[in-house]
Amino acid sequence: MYQYDSYDQSMVDARVAEFRDQVERRLAGDITEDQFKPLRLKNGLYLQLHAYMLRVAVPYGTLNSRQMRMLGDIADKYDRGYGHFTTRQNIQYNWIKLEDAPDILADLASVEMHAIQTSGNCIRNTTSDQFAGAAADELVDPRPYAELLRQWSTFHPEFDYLPRKFKIAIIGSETDRAAMKLHDIGIQLVKNDAGEIGCRFYVGGGMGRTPMIAPVIGDFVSPLQMVSYAEACLRVYNRYGRRDNKYKARIKILVHEIGADEYRRQVEEEFAHILTLGLEPPAAELERIKGFFEQPGFAAGASDELDLSDPDFALWVDQNVHAHKQPGYAIVNISLKPTGGIPGDATADQIRLMADLALAHSFDELRVTHAQNIVLPHVKKADLYGLWQKLDEAGLAAANLDLIGDIIACPGLDYCALANARSIPVAQKISNRFADLGRQRELGELKLKISGCINACGHHHAGHIGILGVDRKGVENYQLLLGGCEGADTSLGTITGPGFNEDGIVDAVEKATDVYLAQRAEGERFVDTYRRIGMAPFKEAIYAKEPVNG
Amino acid sequence: MKIITGSDLRTGDVIWWTGEGWSRHVNDAVEAGEHAEAIIARENAKQIVTDTQVIEATVTDDGVRPAHIKDRIRALGPTVRLDLSLKPADPAAGNWVI
Repeated sequence: MYQYDSYDQSMVDARVAEFRDQVERRLAGDITEDQFKPLRLKNGLYLQLHAYMLRVAVPYGTLNSRQMRMLGDIADKYDRGYGHFTTRQNIQYNWIKLEDAPDILADLASVEMHAIQTSGNCIRNTTSDQFAGAAADELVDPRPYAELLRQWSTFHPEFDYLPRKFKIAIIGSETDRAAMKLHDIGIQLVKNDAGEIGCRFYVGGGMGRTPMIAPVIGDFVSPLQMVSYAEACLRVYNRYGRRDNKYKARIKILVHEIGADEYRRQVEEEFAHILTLGLEPPAAELERIKGFFEQPGFAAGASDELDLSDPDFALWVDQNVHAHKQPGYAIVNISLKPTGGIPGDATADQIRLMADLALAHSFDELRVTHAQNIVLPHVKKADLYGLWQKLDEAGLAAANLDLIGDIIACPGLDYCALANARSIPVAQKISNRFADLGRQRELGELKLKISGCINACGHHHAGHIGILGVDRKGVENYQLLLGGCEGADTSLGTITGPGFNEDGIVDAVEKATDVYLAQRAEGERFVDTYRRIGMAPFKEAIYAKEPVNG
Repeated sequence: MKIITGSDLRTGDVIWWTGEGWSRHVNDAVEAGEHAEAIIARENAKQIVTDTQVIEATVTDDGVRPAHIKDRIRALGPTVRLDLSLKPADPAAGNWVI
C-alpha cells in the first residue's frame, strides 16, 4: 500500500502543530467558538450530543496493521474503549476531549494517518472497492488512481470552500461494491474493445434529502487525464453550484437543474482549457504510485482445498469468504454486526486483534467497507480455519455478510447532533428478530439500511429495505422504504406510506420479508421480487388491519 | 420551565446551569427565567462552556425532564450504551428518554 514520502509526512506533521496551537488558543480564550469551529471541523473534530467526535480518514478504506493497531490504542487511551466504522470507510471516536485532540492527531500522524478533510465543504476522503487488488472480477486495480485523487484533492486550494461537501468513489470492477453512482463523482475504470483503460465519470449522484443517481458525464476519459477531468467537473460546480441555499448546494442539484447534457458541455469546455494548462500530474507519478500497489508475494501452488467438516466454519466460509483472483487465496469479510450488536462498532481489543490477524495472514492489509465491516483481502485458504477460530473467540465471526443481519446504521440520535431519531436500537431489534441464521440465509441477500435523519448517512435510499427516522412532534417515527439498491443496478427506495413507531417498524420489516418469501421466483433477491411485483402487495401486507377477535 | 445547557469546552461533556455554576446532572438544572440570555452571554464570555442554549423542561417525580427527546438523550447518555451513561447501574434507564 501507499507510504508517505517526506512531503506527505511534513504536511501532516505541520497540520498537527498548527491545530495544537489553535486548540491552545481556544482553551486560553484567545479565540471564540465562532472562530474556532471551522478550524476544528477542518480537522474532523465535531461537537456531538455527548462529547467531541473525531472522524479519522482511512484513504479508500485501506489500512495496514500498524495503523489499525493505533486505532485500537487511541480507542483505549483517549476514548472509551471502542470505535465506530462508518459508511465512508472511516472511523469515528465518540468521546474525545478537546484538550486531547492534538495528541491524537500526533499519534495518527506517527502512522501516516490524519483527520484532514473529514468535514467541511471540501473534497472528502475518496472511497473505493474494499476488494481492490484482490477481487477475481477486477479489471483494473483502482487504488493507484484513488491515491492520485487523494493527493490531488488534499489541500487543493481551489476546492477548499466548495458550495457543499464533495464525495468521490472509484472502482475497477464491473461489480460496484462502493455505491459509486450515489456519489458526487463516481469513477469506474473500464476497458474498451481495444483493451485500453478508461475512466467513466458518473457525476451528480447522492443521497441526502434529494437522492439522485449520477448520469454518465464522461464515458471514456484517459487515465492520464483523469485528474484534469475531475478538475473540470469541480470547476463547473464551484462556479455555478447553489451557494444561496444549503439544501440545493450539492452538485447533484446543479446537474439536475441545468441537465446532464449542458453540464457535460461545460465540463468538456473547461476540460479542454485545463489540458492547455498542463495541470495533469506526469505519467511517471502514476507509475510511481502504482509501485506501492504491487501484488503481494503470494505463495505459488497454494491449495484451494478446504476442510469444511466444522458446520459453523462452513457456514462462515459460504457467507463471508469471497473469491480471490489468486489461486489458493480468499478475501475474508469480518462482519461487525453480531446479533443485537451496534453496527460498525468494534472494541479496542477487537481492533487490535484484526490488526494482528492482518499482519499474520493478509500481507499486513485491512480494508474498511462502506457497509461498516472489515476485510482481510489476501488470506491463504489453508489459514482460514485457524483465522475463523480466532475471530469466533473475539465475537467477530458473524456469518451474515449481505444478509438481513448485516445492517448499515448511522449513529442516529444516540450520538449525532443532526439526527431526528435513533437508528441503532431499531437495528438491534431487527437483528434480534432475525437472529436465526437459517432464517437469514433463507431470505438471501437483503440489504437493510437505516438513517436517523434525512442526511442519509445510513444510506437508507439504497437499501433493499430502507428505514428513515424522523421527528414527529418530538416523537421518533420511522418511514419504511422498499426497492433501493446500490451497484450496477442502482435504484432508489420508495416510501411505503405512513411511518411506524420503533416496534412497529420491526413488524413492518418482517411483513415485507413474508411477502417476499411468498412471492419470490427462483433465484430472485428481495429487491428483484419487489421490482417484479411492485409496491402494492407489500403495502397491503404491511398496512393490513389486525383482525379483531370476538 | 426553561433551563440552560451547553458543553464543557475542554471535555465536551454535557452540562447544565445550576444557578451558581455548571453540573453534569440535569437534576441540578434550575429555571433560567427571564435572565437566560444574559446568563449565556456572561458564561460564554468565560470561555469554559460552548454550544449553550435554552431548552424547555418540566419537573416530574423523577426530577428535571427536558421536553425534547434529543435533550433527554443528552442528559442521560446513549441509550444503546447505558454502561457509558450517567446511570450505568440502571438497566431501565433508557426508558426515561422515550
